[in-house]
Amino acid sequence: MVAAGSDAVPAGRESAVTVRASLPLFRKPSVLPGFGLTLGFTVSYLSIIVLVPLAALIVKSSGLGWSGFWTAVTTPRVLAAFQVSFGLSFAAALTNAIFGLLVTWVLVRYDFPGKRLVDALVDLPFALPTAVAGIALSALYAPNGWLGKPLNELFGMKVAFTPLGIAIALTFIGLPFVVRTVQPILQDLPPEEEEAAASLGASRLQIFGGIILPAILPALVTGFALSFARGIGEYGSVIFIAGNMPGLTEILPLLIVIKLEQYDYAGAAAVGTAMLAVSFVMLLILNLLQQWMRSRHAR
Amino acid sequence: MPADTITSTSTNIAVPPVRSVLSEPGWVRFLLIAGALLFLALFLLLPLVAVFAEALRHGFDAYWAALTEPDAVAAIELTLIVAVISVPANLLFGVAASWCVAKFDFRGKNLLITLIDLPFSVSPVISGLIYVLLFGLNGLFGAYLRDMGIQIIFAVPGLVLATIFVTFPFVARELIPLMQEQGSDEEEAALVLGASGWQTFWRVTIPNIKWGLLYGVLLCNARAMGEFGAVSVVSGHIRGETNTMPLHVEILYNEYNFVAAFAVASLLAMLALVTLVVKTALEWRFGEELAATRH
Repeated sequence: MVAAGSDAVPAGRESAVTVRASLPLFRKPSVLPGFGLTLGFTVSYLSIIVLVPLAALIVKSSGLGWSGFWTAVTTPRVLAAFQVSFGLSFAAALTNAIFGLLVTWVLVRYDFPGKRLVDALVDLPFALPTAVAGIALSALYAPNGWLGKPLNELFGMKVAFTPLGIAIALTFIGLPFVVRTVQPILQDLPPEEEEAAASLGASRLQIFGGIILPAILPALVTGFALSFARGIGEYGSVIFIAGNMPGLTEILPLLIVIKLEQYDYAGAAAVGTAMLAVSFVMLLILNLLQQWMRSRHAR
Repeated sequence: MPADTITSTSTNIAVPPVRSVLSEPGWVRFLLIAGALLFLALFLLLPLVAVFAEALRHGFDAYWAALTEPDAVAAIELTLIVAVISVPANLLFGVAASWCVAKFDFRGKNLLITLIDLPFSVSPVISGLIYVLLFGLNGLFGAYLRDMGIQIIFAVPGLVLATIFVTFPFVARELIPLMQEQGSDEEEAALVLGASGWQTFWRVTIPNIKWGLLYGVLLCNARAMGEFGAVSVVSGHIRGETNTMPLHVEILYNEYNFVAAFAVASLLAMLALVTLVVKTALEWRFGEELAATRH
């Protein structure tokens, strides 16, 4: 509007300058219409659906006051749930980093029959509803299940209703994050460095450790972080296989649900806020780590 | 991308003999492929197979009976209703957000993009919790809503809100990079030639983004119908009234009615498979026109 107005009036140089100076240059001029409409709609919708409700979480937990908040999130039960959620998510993300790298490597570097089908299958955890994954995994690993029975009889291992079961569910949920993050980077890796190393007599293992791994490490760390973050928040696929014993196999999201069912809204909000804060901080640290690695590799 | 093709053509002649140096011995390759396939079979394929095997354990009649039972039908209907409201809402938002983000330069754009992605980093349970804190009986607006006779939590509006929250970024995050890459030259040309804003949008922008739009809607819908954690918190689990399919699966499973639980779960698994097939087909056929397949 402003741009059109100043065009129509053959204004002097000074007035054009004052128009530009008086505007804080909120946006660059464009001939395309609809900026106000779409931005207005986007910001209002975002505020109503996301920002205001998230603010309610903070408001509710701040109603406890600092000491109340601290007491609410440091009870033994909450601390144990923090340990279960973060520890097992970490273990699952680590498993995913290792096996996800293996799967990605095979998908990118080798040819085998049914490769495209396998590639598509990797996205299954994104598409399969978490509750379905949860009951399927707990049926598989239950003491009389397809996998639970042989594992129990041969190795005396119990999976369902133990921390191991939770780790397996979180591994299922997090796998695509690692594969889909590393895959494009591995695909676009130029062969020249590998060729040079090979011509200088490096073995494949040396080439992998010295050239390929450093190049894909930032992506691998990102995939790990995404898988880790997803694991902390995950609910549906875990609760069926977990057994949900307080202090042992009780995850944080379940604890929030339990507090809500007891009408302890402030307590639920406090645990939720703490969970959000801790996972944001961890993501931030991993982000910085990843930036540092990327800059080191670029040199 | 262009730089990449130039370098690879310059080394083209040397590629065939060098290739053997750049790969592993046959037996290593075999072991790695076998290891990866075994891992995927155990962790991904087996759970999927188990859903259908458990559902059909007592034959097709029991399976069919579980799906046509009134509570199951009500759950299927409710799931469809929730998806029919929340997916178009996020579709509209996704198009509007990507239009203003991709076609214009303004302050705070990166913040806006980060905020749009925010719901993906929030636990599903917290996504439900925040609406309970706002609209629940002890919530911030709880007393007001009760006086007005409006029920949001433990009713359909709560389910819709929670579903909209968890599926919020799907369409926008597919469209934003796509439209940013396409630029606005074509729209500007259309406007200069005298098209109106809406004509430009419908005849230039929409045809350019239609496959990306379909891709985003597909993923959004799969999540909307399959969401469990967020809706579980706001639903109240009233049988035949506020139970969506995933919640119905939970109730049946906790009642040890495994065949019925897996029967309903098999419907959701089929939805997931259809989603994967269409998604893969879109990626193969229109890969160039999707943001998600380019990096």
